[in-house]
Amino acid sequence: MKELLDEIARWQAAGRRVALARVVAVNGSGPRDPGAAMGVSEDGEVAGSVSGGCVEGAVVAEALEVLASGEPRLCTFGYSDDEAFSVGLTCGGIIRVFVEPLDQW
Amino acid sequence: MVGLFDVLRECLRSGEPAALATVVETSLDGAPIAEPLPALGAKILSRRDNATIGSLGNPDLDKAVLRDALGALETGRSATSHYGGHGERERSEVTVFLQVFLPPDRMVVLGAVDFTAALVKVAKVLGYRVTVCDARPTFATPERFPDADEVVVDWPHRYLAKVAPVLGPRDALCVLTHDHKFDVPAIVTALRTSVGYIGAMGSRHTHAGRVERLRAEGVDEVQLARVMAPIGIDLGANTPEETAVSICAEIIALRTGTPATSLRSGSGPIHRRSGVWGEGL
Repeated sequence: MKELLDEIARWQAAGRRVALARVVAVNGSGPRDPGAAMGVSEDGEVAGSVSGGCVEGAVVAEALEVLASGEPRLCTFGYSDDEAFSVGLTCGGIIRVFVEPLDQW
Repeated sequence: MVGLFDVLRECLRSGEPAALATVVETSLDGAPIAEPLPALGAKILSRRDNATIGSLGNPDLDKAVLRDALGALETGRSATSHYGGHGERERSEVTVFLQVFLPPDRMVVLGAVDFTAALVKVAKVLGYRVTVCDARPTFATPERFPDADEVVVDWPHRYLAKVAPVLGPRDALCVLTHDHKFDVPAIVTALRTSVGYIGAMGSRHTHAGRVERLRAEGVDEVQLARVMAPIGIDLGANTPEETAVSICAEIIALRTGTPATSLRSGSGPIHRRSGVWGEGL
C-alpha cells in the first residue's frame, strides 16, 4: 500500500477519482499475499499490483466499473473448469480482490 | 475533513502500526433471522493506544473485530474472518478483511565497508529500514551510504545495546566488521536480543577464531548456533553486490524456514506461506 501513496496523491491532487483494489484472500499458489494493493485512476492509470501480472487487466476493468457505479465489489480470479472464471491465474491459485472507490473512505 | 485514508496515509508514512478492517462480503444465508447487515466497504481503523476511526455499523461487531485486530498486529498477518452482524464468532454473515500495517523491518549493518554499501542497496530493495554503524567517523558517513536510512558513529556493541529493545524476530543484523575487537562484543550483545538473523562476515578461519573468543565470553553452543557465519548462502558470490544478494537470500531463507536450493530441484507450490491464508473465503 505504501508504495501507492505518492501516485494516488498525485491523481487526487489533479482532481481524478481513484479506485483501490486489494487482495483479501489467496488459496493455493498465488503470487501476492493478502494486502497487496493496486490503485486505478478514473482515466485508467495504474499503480501497484495484485498478482504477477495475470489479472491486472481485469482488475482495471472492474475498478472502472466500481468508480462508475460507486458500488464496491469482491472479485474472484482463479483457475477453474467453470467458464465463469474467464480470467485465470496461470499458477493454479485463486485470489479474491476487493475493489472500492477511494473517495468513500 | 480528515478522512480515514488520510489517517492511514499518515500511519504508513510515519511507520505507526495500524490495523484496518473492511467489510468485504455480507450474506444472509444461514442467518437465524433477517437483520440489517453492515455496508460493503464499511471500515474501522485501529491505531495504537486503542484510538479508532470509523465503524463497521454495529458497536458489538466493532468490538469483536477490534479485539481480533490486536491479535493481527501481534502476528503481522492480514487475513479475512467471519462474524455475525453483532460480532458473533460462530456465525458468518459478515466477512471482514483485517489488514495489518507495520513499520518496515530493520536491518542493522555493522562496519562501514564496501560490502556495506552494496548490502544497504539490496536491503532497501527488500523494504528494510537500514542503519549502518561503525566506530570510525571517517568511514561512517551518510555520503558513503546514501541509501541508508541512518548512519551512526558509535561502537557497534554500544549502539546495539541501545536498540536492543526494538529488535525483533523479523529484523536482521549483519556484522561486516570482521575485526574481533568490534565483532565479538557486538555479537555477544546481539545474542541477548530477539533479533531474527545474526550474520557475521569473515572466512572460516576468521570465524573459528571468533568462535573461540565468543566461547571465552561465555557464549554457549545454543547461542552460537544463532550466528550465521561465514555469512550468506553459497552461490559463488564474489563482488560486494553478489555478496549482498547472497546475504539477503540467507536472511529470507532463514525467516521462511526454507533450505535455499533451486526451485527446479523441489516439488510443491512455490509460494509457501506459513499458516493458512485465505481461510474460509
